[in-house]
Amino acid sequence: MSIVNSQADKIKEISGSNPLKCMKCGKCSASCPSFNEMDIKPHQFVSYVQNEDIQSLVESKSLWKCLSCFACIERCPRNVQPGKLIDAARQIVVRQKGQDYLKADEIPELIDPETPQQLLVSAFRRYRR
Amino acid sequence: MKYSYYPGCTLKNKAKDLDAYARASARALGFELEEIENWQCCGGVYPLGSDEIASKLSSVRALNEAKEKGQDLVTLCSACHHVIKRVNDDMKNVEDIRTKANNYMQLDEPYAGETKVLHFLEVLRDEIGFDKLKEKVVNPLTGKKIGAYYGCLLLRPGKILEFDNPENPKILEDFIRAIGAEPVIYPYRNECCGGYISLKEKDMAKNMCNNIVDSADGFGAEMLITACPLCMYNLKKSTDEKLPVKYFTELLAEALGVKEEVDKA
Repeated sequence: MSIVNSQADKIKEISGSNPLKCMKCGKCSASCPSFNEMDIKPHQFVSYVQNEDIQSLVESKSLWKCLSCFACIERCPRNVQPGKLIDAARQIVVRQKGQDYLKADEIPELIDPETPQQLLVSAFRRYRR
Repeated sequence: MKYSYYPGCTLKNKAKDLDAYARASARALGFELEEIENWQCCGGVYPLGSDEIASKLSSVRALNEAKEKGQDLVTLCSACHHVIKRVNDDMKNVEDIRTKANNYMQLDEPYAGETKVLHFLEVLRDEIGFDKLKEKVVNPLTGKKIGAYYGCLLLRPGKILEFDNPENPKILEDFIRAIGAEPVIYPYRNECCGGYISLKEKDMAKNMCNNIVDSADGFGAEMLITACPLCMYNLKKSTDEKLPVKYFTELLAEALGVKEEVDKA
């Protein structure tokens, strides 16, 4: 399935966030505990949505490195809340058939006797639909 | 005082002690936690998409049940608290979600965020009072140096959670003082443990948890306390238990002299 430009509008709609309000202060990336793991950094993510380059976003590793820790959401002085944009891009992927990031078959190898239920339900909610 | 209580999945299984110590402590402090009937899993994470409705309904059901009983709703697990508190905010302030959820639920009376959601720590601070708690302590943990680990879910976003100052919280430090111990302030106390990343990316969680534990250790903490089963799991699993990690309710029960009755049960 090809990703068309209207996907940018979809991201804005799902996130409820307006990337045009960003003033590029970089607080989000400075706060992000996953910064080193991300190929597209949180502040860059906002620019990609502004430029409607959604194809790069849905292919980026960053979608699966975001922890939903809400540091960028808390600290964004312009209420752009990059974490919400990242989640919206994640939704665009996992809402497509067969695009779950976590497959049920993978689970047995990933857990141990102490794994809390909370870990499984949280990962299911963020990684698949 | 009687509260509706939402334990959540993990407190019925891997985090049974978090729950059991809380219930025993509540009895010792003179308030009752009445578990709501037929509660369903909160989902563990708050659905960030503004078009998500179905994944919020289990929280609405719990909130509405508390409303029908005329009780405040008490939570204990950080994740359940985060999800239920935020869904309540949606039901109160976001018309689109409120309308769609109510259309689906078909309740006798529409739910519009009437229930007050309190974390167990907020009950201690705002309803009982830490001064009063201190008076009830029979076994003060004198001399223990304890690092409070807040993590993310209790604090952020501060405007909705309204739990404490998200950048410089003090509720757990005040709790530690109330039970007679000494709080250790360290910079990583509100940094993320990795959360659900530890399922697929163990190295990332390892890195983050070691930063947290090394930071607390460096400032002289002898142990960490948390309210979150996933933080507990990540902190223990990823750091070879360099520092002991305990639920805050375990220390509360110990200070109130009811820990043994729980451990024997």
